[in-house]
Amino acid sequence: MTYKNPPTTPRKSATFDDYTMSEIRRAAATGIYDIRGGGAKRKVPHFDDLLFLGASISRYPLEGYRERCDTSVVLGGRHAKKPIELKIPITIAGMSFGSLSGPAKEALGRGATLAGTSTTTGDGGMTEEERGHSQTLVYQYLPSRYGMNPRDLRRADAIEIVVGQGAKPGGGGMLLGQKISDRVAEMRTLPKGIDQRSACRHPDWTGPDDLEIKILELREITDWEKPIYIKIGGARPYYDTALAVKAGADVVVLDGMQGGTAATQEVFIEHVGQPTLACIRPAVQALQDLGMHRKVQLVVSGGIRNGADVAKALALGADAVSIGTAALVALGDNDPHWEEEYNKLGTTAGAYDDWHEGKDPAGITTQDPELMKRVDPIAAGRRLANYLKVMTLETQTIARACGKNHVHNLEPEDLCALTLEAAAMAGVPLAGTSWIPGKGGF
Amino acid sequence: MQTVDLAKSTLRELNHALHNIKGGSNETAWEVVNPKGSHSVAVGVDAPVTVDVRGSVGYYCGGMNSEATITVHGSVGPGVGENMMSGAIFVKGDASQYAGATGRGGLLVIEGNASSRCGISMKGIDIVVHGNIGHMSAFMAQSGNLVVLGDAGDALGDSIYEARLFVRGTVKSLGADCIEKEMRPEHVDLLSGLLDKAGVTGVKPEEFKRYGSARTLYNFNIDNADAY
Repeated sequence: MTYKNPPTTPRKSATFDDYTMSEIRRAAATGIYDIRGGGAKRKVPHFDDLLFLGASISRYPLEGYRERCDTSVVLGGRHAKKPIELKIPITIAGMSFGSLSGPAKEALGRGATLAGTSTTTGDGGMTEEERGHSQTLVYQYLPSRYGMNPRDLRRADAIEIVVGQGAKPGGGGMLLGQKISDRVAEMRTLPKGIDQRSACRHPDWTGPDDLEIKILELREITDWEKPIYIKIGGARPYYDTALAVKAGADVVVLDGMQGGTAATQEVFIEHVGQPTLACIRPAVQALQDLGMHRKVQLVVSGGIRNGADVAKALALGADAVSIGTAALVALGDNDPHWEEEYNKLGTTAGAYDDWHEGKDPAGITTQDPELMKRVDPIAAGRRLANYLKVMTLETQTIARACGKNHVHNLEPEDLCALTLEAAAMAGVPLAGTSWIPGKGGF
Repeated sequence: MQTVDLAKSTLRELNHALHNIKGGSNETAWEVVNPKGSHSVAVGVDAPVTVDVRGSVGYYCGGMNSEATITVHGSVGPGVGENMMSGAIFVKGDASQYAGATGRGGLLVIEGNASSRCGISMKGIDIVVHGNIGHMSAFMAQSGNLVVLGDAGDALGDSIYEARLFVRGTVKSLGADCIEKEMRPEHVDLLSGLLDKAGVTGVKPEEFKRYGSARTLYNFNIDNADAY
């Protein structure tokens, strides 16, 4: 044994890790910031950091499958003559035609309709595919106003004014030239093939007082029939929720940083906005402070994956949740079936996020006529409906275990947290203690 | 003539009545009195009727108009004719911000001045302003024509797409990717037709300069980053 010049194990930097260095090399070589789809990929405190307590001597459970546990939701009863009635508390989030193919939009409409819930348009106007196949369709009113027209406004079931989204609070839409096909260009009144960066602010209102007047206009145009939602990103959830209520919203849609986007700068997705878990309690608090909890509904999105996530969001005070990324996965996005083709694109199933390039092997985030044929809207719609129904059953399973005959009866007192961070964000006790960080001590 | 007095009727009653004009109805001439700055007057009308508003109005007058001819005998607040589809809106006075924002068709005529962001994100509308327009007008303008008999403020046509801008007076500054372009005979013809439709007399198309997109920002290039 010798002690002369012992070698040290090569050590990589935690700060300059492999991914970071590859990104520096990529930026240096191309001169373009990294653009991708999806939501935050970094690990953040999430619903997995919460647990339900279940029943005990003081809380008795309901019998699974026998004793009723209701899942219905009414959205928009505050001002609208025709509120939205859904069978399940899970809706499909706004995703644009342009970003998604026509067959994918049709599949979302079919799946949502089979499951008794709503789907939502996106930053590209309303297509016949989705109106025709969606029993309940929410029409987004975005800064770009692409394709906006009074006919579609009137044949929508609700209107969602988009102020922000979780992936990029403060950012506008982006659709690169590869996806601006003839049909997409015509719907958006743009030249074919250009890089389209849509506005981040609405063109004709600024601030909460203007927003109130804008809502009045939309209500007048639609004769006060349609519920009006306001969608906000997870920026300042307490104040944004309070201002949305003040401006006259029927429903607040709150999207945390894990919520996806069709395409935005990686730096924006990973570094702007708060995790979904951190946004819910401040928003609920705002509603409670105004006496509007359950009167103005709160729909939460951003990283909802299963019935446990749904149940936890509802227990924290949401009225419903919304899914985007998970719905695309149910349709076939990132499916290992296409692994060989993902490899050719330099990626792997589960990691594919270059949705803006329009080369999606699964045929979902593309405008390529050949690729989009891979989505069978009927079969994909059925898969989405199955998934929505499974999530609903899972939510009911948890609610019954907590003794609730409606999923809305879940409450923060049914939860504990596994980490200090989650306890502080969700406002529930750290497991095994009665301690809620930030409560009572300061 | 159907007269709605906003001192006696609600805004909701006015708009509801205008939305329920049936095809073939002979109630084609409407008058609104005592608007007193109301917002959302005559929004979402979808019939070939005339609406004369006797006084000044607030935000979004004639918003999303289709087919109707609306005349405001006064001034208008922000967003007059926003997202209008067709028809015509005539404003006898001045207009506040975002006149004709995102308009997709029809004609908007402002006989006075228009404030900032006139024609923002316009998508096919024709706008004729007899007076001056404010800063950031025709921002991200996609399609349609903006005609200004007076002067334009700072950053005209910033990030413009395929809309055409015609200015008779001075332009304080042009926005990113907006340049002066040659007035070819087809533009003179186009402008002449627009001036006729807007009832402008005594002004020749040759007195205008044309502005539009240089198209250098249509596809991203890092060496253009300082333009943003």
